[in-house]
Amino acid sequence: MNRVEGRVKVAGLATYAAEYPVEGVTYAYPVQSRIAKGRIRRIDARDALAMPGVLAVLSSEDPPRLGPGAEGELALFQSREVAYRGQFVAAAVADTYENARAAADAIVVEYEQDLHDVALRADHPNLYRPEKVNPGFPSDTVKGDVEAGLNAAETVVDVTYTTPVLHNNPMEPHAALALWDDEGRLLVYDTTQGTSSSRDLIAQTLGLSGEQVRVVSRHVGGGFGSKGTSRPQAVLAALAARAVGRPVKIVLTRQQMFDVTGYRTPTIQRLRLGADADGRLTALEHVAYEQSSTLVEFAEQTATPTRVMYATPALRTAHRLVRLDVATPSWMRAPGECPGMYALESAMDELACAAGIDPIELRVLNEPETEPDSGLPFSSRNLVACLREGARRFGWDRRDPEPGRHREGEWLIGTGVASSTYPAKRRPSKAVVTMREGDFLVQVAAADIGTGARTALTGIAAGALGVAPDRVHVELGDSDLPDAPLAGGSMGTASWGSAVVRACEHLKVNGSVGRADTTEEVARDAELARHAFGAQFAEVRVNSVTGEVRVSRLLGVFAAGRILDAALARSQFIGGMTMGMGMALMEETYTDEEFGGFLRRDLAQYHVPACADAERIEAVWLEEEDGDLNPMGSKGIGEIGIVGTAAAIGNAVHHAIGHRVRDLPITPPKILRTMF
Amino acid sequence: MKLFEYTRAGSAADAVRSFGPGTMYLGGGTNLVDLMRLGVAEPDRLVDVGKLPLDAIEEAGGRLRVGAAVRNSDLAAHPLVRSRYPMLARAVLSGASGQVRNMATTAGNLLQRTRCPYFQDVTRPCNKRQPGSGCPAIEGDHTNLAILGTSHACVATHPSDLAVALAALEAEVHVTGPGGDKIVPMPGLHRLPGDAPERDTVLEEGDLITAVELPAPPPGASLYRKVRERASFAFALVSIAAVLDVRDGTVAGCRIALGGVAHAPWRAEHAEQVLVGGPATGEAFRTAAEAELERARPLPRNDFKVPLARNLIVRTLEELAP
Repeated sequence: MNRVEGRVKVAGLATYAAEYPVEGVTYAYPVQSRIAKGRIRRIDARDALAMPGVLAVLSSEDPPRLGPGAEGELALFQSREVAYRGQFVAAAVADTYENARAAADAIVVEYEQDLHDVALRADHPNLYRPEKVNPGFPSDTVKGDVEAGLNAAETVVDVTYTTPVLHNNPMEPHAALALWDDEGRLLVYDTTQGTSSSRDLIAQTLGLSGEQVRVVSRHVGGGFGSKGTSRPQAVLAALAARAVGRPVKIVLTRQQMFDVTGYRTPTIQRLRLGADADGRLTALEHVAYEQSSTLVEFAEQTATPTRVMYATPALRTAHRLVRLDVATPSWMRAPGECPGMYALESAMDELACAAGIDPIELRVLNEPETEPDSGLPFSSRNLVACLREGARRFGWDRRDPEPGRHREGEWLIGTGVASSTYPAKRRPSKAVVTMREGDFLVQVAAADIGTGARTALTGIAAGALGVAPDRVHVELGDSDLPDAPLAGGSMGTASWGSAVVRACEHLKVNGSVGRADTTEEVARDAELARHAFGAQFAEVRVNSVTGEVRVSRLLGVFAAGRILDAALARSQFIGGMTMGMGMALMEETYTDEEFGGFLRRDLAQYHVPACADAERIEAVWLEEEDGDLNPMGSKGIGEIGIVGTAAAIGNAVHHAIGHRVRDLPITPPKILRTMF
Repeated sequence: MKLFEYTRAGSAADAVRSFGPGTMYLGGGTNLVDLMRLGVAEPDRLVDVGKLPLDAIEEAGGRLRVGAAVRNSDLAAHPLVRSRYPMLARAVLSGASGQVRNMATTAGNLLQRTRCPYFQDVTRPCNKRQPGSGCPAIEGDHTNLAILGTSHACVATHPSDLAVALAALEAEVHVTGPGGDKIVPMPGLHRLPGDAPERDTVLEEGDLITAVELPAPPPGASLYRKVRERASFAFALVSIAAVLDVRDGTVAGCRIALGGVAHAPWRAEHAEQVLVGGPATGEAFRTAAEAELERARPLPRNDFKVPLARNLIVRTLEELAP
């Protein structure tokens, strides 16, 4: 089945947030803080207000009225305190984008500047243990005696890895278009991964009821998590529209997106692993250091995948957080699992090297019977099968384990492997299915952020109804539709699909309309360890003259339940793997310690892999039956593709050159410093 | 964004005549328009010279004259460029993306400005953008910045690949301006920062590049090689344009220009002097490279460029040696 919205997208007819034709639209342009910490003494907007076409200036000089629930990054202009460089401190509204921007430039902001602190360090005096890490895991876990396990070990690895600030860079910028009607109802065309949750958050921020807000997001040009929760642009558009009594549009520039749409926290991760003479783990400890803003505690669940992966008598995981004068970190594809598994799977490779065991065999040896931390049985776990199948397809048996041995001209060639894991859960969702003239209309407030959710839901409904897909029409991306959770955590399809299946079942009993709410069904889900697994294989070439690293082969083998649509799944897997390649080799947002904020805030300097970098990427999957998950037997596939890719590439770089770079990204400077 | 006036010049002379305070020439716009969006460039008036009849590539007396408005894609694809100056074609093709090369002009490419992140962000100090405001890159993010010819005021690099090849080919830049016509030999077009990093080139206000003239290709083999962290669209960490002429095992002629290491395309004259008249051996190449790089003053985050430039020089010359 082709993408159901493929034709409108290719023809340029699909409407994105800033593209809805609205009469009398005006434009808002933000003013951003130029200090990282301090107070706003005064904001002078007189010149700006006198400029042509200018309708209003919003700022903390006259704080717009928000609801009591307004908080964090969304509580715009409520405080004179500056939390980070780049924070929105004012906004101009005008008849054109150019006039709004010119007016914003003319607004004078005077500050009382304080000394700022924007650098994450593992020895930062203000590190603390958060109560929980996202979305609700305990910060620390301990099982057994790690020190005793390490003392008893034949081989010990004690290593620290770092990952930088990373930014989601969806093609569609963060944008919103807000309109208030005469009854005080707010309509926001927002680019968001969840219209129901955005509606609730916007309503809470503005002090409105949920019924007074409608969020529409029919097409979204990518998000990866940066559009998972409402960002300031939606609130700013709504406040500005209220102030000027006209519709207001705001489209962030790429540079502004780096400042206010969230980012993946940098991490410092210390791993200590001990193994006995056979290669069985005697102890495993994973401590992650990360940052949040002074506005909000956002504690990424970096060490949590270590609670899932390997059998060991002693297991300790811990998270330490420091609140810095920085923007609030947010969701980025596989938050937690992605950086956490980079460190764990790199450390496992180091252990394999130190113990003289094949890295695949080391993982197989330490395969647990139940989830290591919780002791829960797995709903299904086929990691070993993924590793074995990947090894067969990749030609792992031809590998010389000795690093630095394979050279072709200037290029040193290496291969590496890493495991992947990502939770496979679902959340309550509603859906309605209506029969009309022989066709079926499926309605659910799901979001299609470019993953093909519309297409997947069409297929799910067609299957449940037993009709051809062309008789099914899916309507989504509107908070006036039945409530649905956001597209995130690889839970979208499982959550919405469950509701769609139940609604179709209801319709078949009921006649013309089927309704479903899976809240009770999800609450009754048996307590099981529910995860997808995978194995990633990488072949890299490292140039011995220049330090350049090129990935010549990537292979991912995944066990992710029943695959609902092969074409969509392949795109998700290889998309995730490509993004993992970016994490491994090029992506990094530079924190400006002198002035605060970020540097290199565009796609000419924040490099992501382009077609020329994706030489050969292959994703395959095992047939996996897992009836305990949901009516489709599916696991999410949006995020598992990125988990483990960076480690597989890093391990391959080590195999190629015999040196290990433990700080991502692995760039020519770092390779050259290692080799020369 | 500041309001500006836009006019299209009918001829080069027309363009120069109409030049006044606050005026800037607009070629393909691939850099200037970006800089205007960033607020780095705020012209009152743009004079579009991108469509002047300066878009021909002509041969005359063994030399090749490339019009200032020739698009990068056309330059790289031209049969005479491909056959006689393959290094130039390769340099141009290693820059930017197909879309950008379709717009970018020869003169505009030479006059593009640094991509130093401080220069590009008007909310931060930068001596190049705002003289006297300071250079935070020296203590901050200078990973991709210069190691040679830097000053206390600026460590920015010139981003062009084309300029590096032209420096090795000893091209001549033809200029017309309020002070009349002149010819500026490459690599003399671009300045080192010194105390005035705001000035990228030796051109005066109102000067307009009309053509780039390439002398007959120097004897020997040539190569352009660019190092970058991803395989597409990235500025050079270090690049090299090299020409090597070896006769009976002795270096009869050698030209080396480096990109990504200085405020201008960097002619490695010291290395060239060491090489010419000596043996064409790997050891000699290494000695020459080290003689050049003795002058390098790397900063903590860009010290890797020293071994990288050394390796590139040695490896490229080895590849060119018969």
